[in-house]
Amino acid sequence: MKFRVLPFVWLTFSGGGVVAAVFLPVLVVLLAFALPLGWVDPSHAHLEGLVQSWFTRIALFALIVPMLVHAAHRFRYTVYDGLQVKHKVLVALACYGGAMVLAMAAFLVLTTV
Amino acid sequence: MSAPVTRVPSYQRRIGVFWWVHKRSYFLFVMRELSSIFVAWFVVYLLMFVAAVAGGQQRYDEFLDRATSPLLLVVNAVGLAFLVLHTVTWFALTPKAMVLRLGGRRVPGTAMLAAQYVALAVVSAFIYWLVVKA
Repeated sequence: MKFRVLPFVWLTFSGGGVVAAVFLPVLVVLLAFALPLGWVDPSHAHLEGLVQSWFTRIALFALIVPMLVHAAHRFRYTVYDGLQVKHKVLVALACYGGAMVLAMAAFLVLTTV
Repeated sequence: MSAPVTRVPSYQRRIGVFWWVHKRSYFLFVMRELSSIFVAWFVVYLLMFVAAVAGGQQRYDEFLDRATSPLLLVVNAVGLAFLVLHTVTWFALTPKAMVLRLGGRRVPGTAMLAAQYVALAVVSAFIYWLVVKA
């Protein structure tokens, strides 16, 4: 049987879609609004303990990678079909390449901080 | 010898860049797809937050300060709107994309829809507790 990569891309796309739908809204409300605007005020020490735990870092990486694949896969078709940029290979390379660069950046941030 | 192949130019209708603005359903479709930009942006934002928190009290305070700039607030508010569109459309699509059977009977779409919103509420409450209360 020939190995095909596309089913795995679609699977990760779906997984990332679920993660973005279920986990991301509350994170955005907290990190982009509630904390900066002072609606809630957890101490820095508490947050530091949270991000320094390996459980948090592994969980974040496991959530981030499928979300990046999801975004790249979706954006690829948005650019190709939506914006009619008919350079199939170039668009795919830019999208998945961008996701890979961001995944590596995430790995670096989550392992070094 | 094989027969010579005549290439017949096929007719391809040209579609403009803004083919999706004239119909509501097309417009919503493209808006839904564009939510991907903001998913990527919020991943970056989340990483910047983690880096700032790990960088100590001062860097964290600077991060919060910058996050209250009008530009970032507007970008994040627009992004959140796109994210909500993603969540609502994604949940609505799930029962159509997959058939779930329990005890030989098909789980109705409305039950699957409700289960997803319950999952959203549970996960949101857990993360809120983790960040704010724990």
